[in-house]
Amino acid sequence: MTKKYSKVKNMLDAGHFVVCSEMGPPIGADPEFIKKKAHYLKGYVDGVNVTDNQTAIVRMSSIAAAKLAMDEGLEMIIQVTARDRNRISLQSDILGASALGLRNILCLTGDHQSFGKDPGSKNVFELGSVQLIKAVTEMVDNGILLNGKVMEVPPKMFIGGAANPFADPFEMQMIKMQKKVNAGVEFFQTQAIYNIEKFEYWMEEVRKRGIDQNSYILAGILPTRSAKALRMMKKYVAGMDVPDHVIKRMDQAKDKEKEGVKMAVETIQRVKEIKGVRGVHLMPVAWEEITPTVIKEASLYPRPEVE
Amino acid sequence: MIVAKQKKVNEVIDMLGDDFNSLLIVGCGTCVTVSLAGGEREVNSLAEILRTYYANNNRDVKIETETVKRQCDFEYIDQLENLIKENDIILSLACGIGVQHIVERHQDKIVLPGLNTSFYGATLKIGEWSERCIGCGECVLDQYFGICPIARCSKQLLNGPCGGSQNGSCEVDPDIDCAWELIYDRAVKLDKLEDLINYEPPKNWEVYRDGGPRTLIDQEYHEDRKE
Repeated sequence: MTKKYSKVKNMLDAGHFVVCSEMGPPIGADPEFIKKKAHYLKGYVDGVNVTDNQTAIVRMSSIAAAKLAMDEGLEMIIQVTARDRNRISLQSDILGASALGLRNILCLTGDHQSFGKDPGSKNVFELGSVQLIKAVTEMVDNGILLNGKVMEVPPKMFIGGAANPFADPFEMQMIKMQKKVNAGVEFFQTQAIYNIEKFEYWMEEVRKRGIDQNSYILAGILPTRSAKALRMMKKYVAGMDVPDHVIKRMDQAKDKEKEGVKMAVETIQRVKEIKGVRGVHLMPVAWEEITPTVIKEASLYPRPEVE
Repeated sequence: MIVAKQKKVNEVIDMLGDDFNSLLIVGCGTCVTVSLAGGEREVNSLAEILRTYYANNNRDVKIETETVKRQCDFEYIDQLENLIKENDIILSLACGIGVQHIVERHQDKIVLPGLNTSFYGATLKIGEWSERCIGCGECVLDQYFGICPIARCSKQLLNGPCGGSQNGSCEVDPDIDCAWELIYDRAVKLDKLEDLINYEPPKNWEVYRDGGPRTLIDQEYHEDRKE
């Protein structure tokens, strides 16, 4: 078995409560955009996801952006969706990412392209997330491609997947999560949590199935400063569960930014107490600069040093 | 059956252009008659609209109509041989197969499509059809309790629902049923949920049109004929 190297993995293995965040690449080719974002995250997070054309909108490649940010000293997690690439292209990109030194991957099916600005594009979805996870596991652990070809130098990756506690049908989503574990997933990042009671119940079900014993679960936190954004998420973002009382709270807040930070910190503190939750994944959309503040106020700073 | 939709009249008029004096509109009596797009009724009503249009625009255009049983069989196309020869342009109100089949018999003719061929579907009620199959070449309905995740899941997922499935609806449109909700509900009803636990490997798309355009030859039939 190939020895893997990933700082995020090492931290989780060492039992630390891990903090990840997310960065969206630019719609354009400016490397400075990435470098700037990397600078305000440095030292505050253990790993940073780079989204892969999220909501099906064309942006700089997640692998290229991740390499730029890695060169600024961040540990990066590349998101790879199966929406736009077939098995040939997916495996090729993963080999390239590993060759560049990227060591963490989040395998996703991907938002449907009808959400983005190219609804007329042809989708691929040749693999789903479970099949992508399995393919990466085979590549990493056994050095074998989907076509059976054995590689002399296999890629090294810490393999992640997504889980949505708020999607239906509940039981079938659990079966799928278990399939991801069986396929070799090592960590999960969840959909953003606003309905904490539902999340607690979901974690209970996750524990019942022993999924938390076979993978690391990072709870998704989405700091926001606007009630409008919450309403939009409730209505338009696939698989989101935003209870009305959350929207009302933001509506009534005088200082929305302060309230947004407070809400995120409260959620972090609450999920930290749930058995089986091994870290958080922060994904502030269009408010990435708030990440250090949230982490400090949640008493998650400074971050522990791990090789 | 194949479900199709009529092209807009102004699109048809643009497509036909100015360089003709006679037009034959050919309907198809099978699938597209059922989907109310290219049967005798639609052929006649389109002919009426076009006659009025050309009359109003002082164009002397002769329009004839005919509907055959199936445009995807030479047997029926050949019944139209003279009519096709007599007219400058043929407008086929069949699916794309019918259009191409007329072309195959009449290489010197301009044959135009009057329909947008949409999908393989079923009639839900009069005037409403829904996609049920994509002709992937290797049927998996046995594994999914008779509900096709290839045709009915927006992401063609074989291992379970995506995170966008909520309240039985697809993330693409709340009016689209989540195929995985349907599969799950059937599994529960049949008490066979454990059948959905196994990992399903990537599908072989070589038998779909990813392997190149397909031709099917029934060897057995041909051998029987030889004997």
